[in-house]
Amino acid sequence: MTILTNKADKIDRLAELTQSSETVAGSSLWREAFRRMRSSKMAIIGAAIIAAFVLVAIVGPMLAPHGPTAQNWRSEVFPNQGKFVGMRGENWFGLDHLGRDMFSRWLVGARQTLLVGVVSMLIGLIVGALVGVLSGAAATLGGKVGRRVDTVIMRFTDIMLSLPSLLLAVSIAAVLGQSLTTVMIAVGVVQIPIFARLLRGSMLVQGGADYVLAAKAVGIRRKRIVLTQILPNSLSPVIVQATLSLATAIIEAAALSYLGLGNPDPAVPEWGVMLSQAQRFFDNEPMMAAYPAIGIIITALGFTLLGESMREALDPKLRG
Amino acid sequence: MSLLELDDVKVHFPVKKGLFFDRTVGHVYAVDGVSLSIEAGQTYGLVGESGCGKTTLGRAVLRLNDITDGGVVFDGTDLAKLPGEEMRAFRRRLQMVFQDPLGSLNPRQNIESILSEGMAAHGIGKDQTERREKIKAILAKVGLPSNALSRYPHEFSGGQRQRIGIARALVLEPDVIICDEPVSALDVSVQAQVINLLEELQESLGLTYLVIAHDLAVVRHISDVIGVMYLGGLVEEAPSDALYAGPRHPYTKALMSAVPVPDPEVEDRRERILLHGDLPSPANPPTGCRFHTRCPWVQETKCATERPPLLDTGDGHKVACHFTAEIEAGTVKQTLATGIEAVTGTETVAAEAVETAEGETPAGKPAAAGAPAEEPATVPAQADADATEQTEGSPKA
Ligand SMILES: Nc1ncnc2c1ncn2[C@@H]1O[C@H](COP(=O)(O)OP(=O)(O)O)[C@@H](O)[C@H]1O
Ligand code: SF4
Ligand SMILES: [Mg+2]
Repeated sequence: MTILTNKADKIDRLAELTQSSETVAGSSLWREAFRRMRSSKMAIIGAAIIAAFVLVAIVGPMLAPHGPTAQNWRSEVFPNQGKFVGMRGENWFGLDHLGRDMFSRWLVGARQTLLVGVVSMLIGLIVGALVGVLSGAAATLGGKVGRRVDTVIMRFTDIMLSLPSLLLAVSIAAVLGQSLTTVMIAVGVVQIPIFARLLRGSMLVQGGADYVLAAKAVGIRRKRIVLTQILPNSLSPVIVQATLSLATAIIEAAALSYLGLGNPDPAVPEWGVMLSQAQRFFDNEPMMAAYPAIGIIITALGFTLLGESMREALDPKLRG
Repeated sequence: MSLLELDDVKVHFPVKKGLFFDRTVGHVYAVDGVSLSIEAGQTYGLVGESGCGKTTLGRAVLRLNDITDGGVVFDGTDLAKLPGEEMRAFRRRLQMVFQDPLGSLNPRQNIESILSEGMAAHGIGKDQTERREKIKAILAKVGLPSNALSRYPHEFSGGQRQRIGIARALVLEPDVIICDEPVSALDVSVQAQVINLLEELQESLGLTYLVIAHDLAVVRHISDVIGVMYLGGLVEEAPSDALYAGPRHPYTKALMSAVPVPDPEVEDRRERILLHGDLPSPANPPTGCRFHTRCPWVQETKCATERPPLLDTGDGHKVACHFTAEIEAGTVKQTLATGIEAVTGTETVAAEAVETAEGETPAGKPAAAGAPAEEPATVPAQADADATEQTEGSPKA
């Protein structure tokens, strides 16, 4: 139960982020948050890491000095005998166990990792937001029946939240079979209840705001109120969560690949797969694991730093 | 017949608990049987301390809260039982101005959008051009520049935002406007401006107001009739002048004693009636007279067992107290102190307390002297601070 309450509490706190009415609001809320973020080291470092990562992911594969799957130096590497080739002028990150250029693989892997992260996050965001809007709309304007619908949906998401996310992802991946799509779906599904609960909570907070009451008082129809008043004002926490989710998605995708549930085609490099392959040779050539691992850690850190600093910048309680 | 009549209106909020499906475990009796009527073109002032149910009552009239029981008859139609869509149509004629001017404006909508949305919902104006012309005229009426149209709420000052809130109500050409503490969030310097604006608008447009406030000073000048609320019910209602000239309910007396008087001589003689304890929870209201836990005149009979109805004591001065006449005539004794001891916690009978206070407290003397002589020297620091404040208002020898 503690897992459930911790996770749920964290989401609920995020949902209440933009609740306070005495602060600057709306478009100026983000403008103000942006101003605060510009003077935050955390935000700048996070943004710089993300920028570098995205740049590598986009142009990296084009700049890769060698083919990522070409076993050009197969004859120089003897993994059975523990003979590897480390950093050298021709191969900056050395060679892997099949004599492929690690640097080129790393660059191409960055793109795969970004793709997996973004797609999984989007799966979670889109489905979660739909569920959240449904639940939030039912709760705010559906009367008694709506509140029941909302309760059922929320209990279901609570149950999903209470399961350890990796366990859930592994179960889904096991059902769907081994592939890159599987990883993205599994990681995305884990994010669904988070986005659903967050958006619904945020909508409830906004739904109780005076301006919503005022819209009702001037006679605007309830559906219109939800779409034009409540929803646009409920999105800030979701944007923050989307950023934070990129970090967890990348880590979880890597974990699934590491567990062997990812892309079965070892020819397509992805940081999680690379890490998984490297573990067998960890005793002889730890650097083979270090490159993808560092890539994963640093990008996850970048998204977390940016997400957390956004959260802080938007939090009226922390505003000076 | 009055334009707006409330008949025994009750708003009880269910308190929910439960793991899967919520179970009702109790109720908050926010409004518990309020009847009042407002004449066309008049202003009804509703006062009471915060948490007594004023906002809930105001919102119930527009059905922004569900009405648990009772009737809200507006111009011959009972709104309480109206189906949703018909109620929505009626909202054009009953409008509301909110307490928090910024919070009641959508931060993402510009002023034109905020003001025209309601008009569109009620089919006022054929197109946006026509609506814009009308909005401009209303903006001028409430004292806002017409370039306000394309700006956003956060770009305005508090007073201007409240003017926008008033304009939002006015564009629908309502008959009744419910003003829920319209100035309590504003700087004192602009409060009067907004109150004056409301008054001017009433004159030029023939509006009917229900003005809610938590202190008597705000509603005094604009109200024709004032109702005093305590814990979900009306305890006194009278024409404004009559209420100020002679409050009859013990609670109103206490409330009135807190209002400063402009005349310095009267102000000096002003005797503050301080009440014991805090406002009880509306989830668990006292039996009988809701005020009996704090009433300085509480009697052993009736007060704790029978709820006093709001009865006319002559000239439309209505009071909900079993002992109105006796208190007036002085035939029942005050049973709880109303001086500083009410706050420090001594249970001395008031008459003695006043003597003590007069004897021992030269005006302006430090706090500790404010406590009665019998009081042990362990008066908490907080009480000391209170005492200083109250010494200033207490009678001077
Ligand atoms: N939606 C609600 N659910 C439960 N209790 C409420 C709700 N709205 C108000 N209350 C309670 O009803 C009482 C009266 O509130 P309110 O009408 O806002 O008082 P006032 O406007 O006089 O300060 C308060 O105790 C408040 O906590
Ligand atoms: S009925 Fe009793 S308790 Fe209530 S106000 Fe009158 S004297 Fe006080
Ligand atoms: Mg209120």
